[in-house]
Amino acid sequence: MSQPEQPPVADDSGRQAPVVELAGIEQIYGKGEMRVHALRGIDLTVASGEQVAIMGPSGSGKSTMMNLIGCLDVPTSGRYRLDGLEVGDLGEAELARVRNRRIGFVFQSFNLIARMSALANVELPLVYGGIARRERRERALAALESVGLAERGGHQPHQLSGGQQQRVAVARALVTEPALLLADEPTGNLDAESTEDVLRLFEHLGELGRTIVLITHEAEVGARADRLVTLADGVIVEDRPRTRGDDSADLDDTVEFPQYAPVRQGEGR
Amino acid sequence: MNPSDVLASSLRGVTANPLRSILTMLGVLIGVAAVIVLTAVGNGSAQSVNDAISTLGSSTLTVRSSSGGMGPGQSGQDASSDLTTETAAGLSDMELGHVDLIVPEVSTTATVTADSLSSDDVSVIGTSADYFEVGDVDLSSGSAFDASAEEQSQKVVVIGSTLASDLFSSGSAVGQTIGIDGTSYTVSGVMSQQDSSGQDDPNSSIIAPISRVQASLTGLGSVDSLTVLASDSDSVIAAEGELEIGLNQLLGIDDEDDETYSIVNQSELLETQQETAQTFTVLLAAVAGISLLVGGIGVTNIMLVTVTERTREIGIRKALGAARPAILMQFLVEAALLTLAGGILGVLLAIVVTRFEISGTQPVIVAASIPIALGISVAIGIFFGVYPAWRAASMRPIEALRSS
Ligand SMILES: Nc1ncnc2c1ncn2[C@@H]1O[C@H](COP(=O)(O)OP(=O)(O)OP(=O)(O)O)[C@@H](O)[C@H]1O
Ligand SMILES: [Mg+2]
Repeated sequence: MSQPEQPPVADDSGRQAPVVELAGIEQIYGKGEMRVHALRGIDLTVASGEQVAIMGPSGSGKSTMMNLIGCLDVPTSGRYRLDGLEVGDLGEAELARVRNRRIGFVFQSFNLIARMSALANVELPLVYGGIARRERRERALAALESVGLAERGGHQPHQLSGGQQQRVAVARALVTEPALLLADEPTGNLDAESTEDVLRLFEHLGELGRTIVLITHEAEVGARADRLVTLADGVIVEDRPRTRGDDSADLDDTVEFPQYAPVRQGEGR
Repeated sequence: MNPSDVLASSLRGVTANPLRSILTMLGVLIGVAAVIVLTAVGNGSAQSVNDAISTLGSSTLTVRSSSGGMGPGQSGQDASSDLTTETAAGLSDMELGHVDLIVPEVSTTATVTADSLSSDDVSVIGTSADYFEVGDVDLSSGSAFDASAEEQSQKVVVIGSTLASDLFSSGSAVGQTIGIDGTSYTVSGVMSQQDSSGQDDPNSSIIAPISRVQASLTGLGSVDSLTVLASDSDSVIAAEGELEIGLNQLLGIDDEDDETYSIVNQSELLETQQETAQTFTVLLAAVAGISLLVGGIGVTNIMLVTVTERTREIGIRKALGAARPAILMQFLVEAALLTLAGGILGVLLAIVVTRFEISGTQPVIVAASIPIALGISVAIGIFFGVYPAWRAASMRPIEALRSS
């Protein structure tokens, strides 16, 4: 909403609630001597249709933040709104439903379930979403096709290359048509060629207007994203939009955060 | 998540490690097989007792002499205290109200010859013509002897089917002559094949008029037993009382303690035997139950291992939106499938085992024991699978995902 060059998705009012709104998020692991302050006050807003790359040194809290956004973990303090929904208010069952319906998560280590065909893996979120068998199969096949692996549906994970496994994982993340696609170093375990395949896939999804948050170590990947958020030691130290061919450098990264406050306190949705 | 999806994912879990699954099933398998076999043995022995009784009929009583008749403590009494054909006749003459028939019996063994064949130790029963009615004995060929044959001590016999085919392998035995300890008899009939549950195989024995057997083989006078047919099964107790009074009168006994005979009521005998069999069955079933318990603990153990091994899978499923009940069901059903498979294999094993005789009894599977055993198998899986499944379901997604 603060980035006019973004093609808004399903925009009828001209404004849409952000997909992700993090405010004052802190995450503290352990107690006493073991205490780790992994996140120290994160404020971040991701608008619908935005593609955000997250970078930062190892241990800076990228995965910690990603797990919070993906509702896999809950923060020690701070507020999180996902697609207009106050996540802190949700119970365990509702969180499971949010993970199922609104979030697609791609992991560094693929995380496909062994001894289950690619198609069955892609179907799994729909199984937990209570979708009927026939529709499930159709949607899973379509998702596999969209990552270019339609003919590999019957293969088990160990019969696929790393790049193919990760594409299956992307299909699985997309199959529920989630509001948000998260990827934590999706190319971290891949060779150069597969990395290129997977990144092209994410780029393509971005072009289709998907909201994507992606952690990467590769500066080149970061450079290609709409927006690059840099973490260090549990805080956001830089938040800048991509320097495109056109002149958008006037967009100050700090602009976004003040606008967050009224949304949080106010009408909501 | 619908039931068939739960089943599919649980099935995958069970088949992922077949050897381990089979070893886990073993406890339940053995327990279930043991329970079914034991109840089948109990049932089989009860049935064979039942059959034995029902061939005699539940309305029969047996009177046996309980002393040698001339014991040292009874020196004052004479030989008439023993049961004799006269006792039987005397009782018949009394026309006791609840007694229909009184059949005296003597039995012995003898060597039987026919043509060049001979057979030792053949059981020979001397009795009256009513024997065939009381014992419900049918003939497959020829005819039984009648009361006049008995009166005249005719040398006629009815023989068992096995004996008939042994002695007269070619052609009919009826009308042929056999020798019993050197005396010639005419075969008047052959009995139909009978169940041989007792120790004496009726199919290999010979039935002859009692007067003839006494005269030629056992000596005149005393008989081994009187089989008494009460007018119906409800009159057995009344008949027993009448018999006691009648016998005491005939034998000159004044005091109950001096009675030199005993009356055995077949249905009482049946009841005691069934009770013994039941106690036996219950005891052994308890042992089998313990093996089921041990099997169940094995299930908990293996399911805990499985859940630990598959922590990451659980994390993935939770990340994809599996709620607690879905994970709980997956592992509960997996445990139940394990024990159900064990139960089914146990039933099959029991069916095979019960085809053979076990300690002299042909087991008869109690039909209800199969569904009950399978139900118990599933219940064991669920009961012993709850804790591991609950552990799996309560894992936090992020921690489960982090496990390697
Ligand atoms: N479960 C945990 N318990 C304790 N400390 C943790 C836990 N998870 C993360 N941390 C700590 O929190 C900090 C941030 O970790 P995080 O995994 O978010 O880093 P990262 O930016 O993703 O690093 P990398 O680039 O290496 O993946 C680290 O110091 C880490 O040791
Ligand atoms: Mg990380």
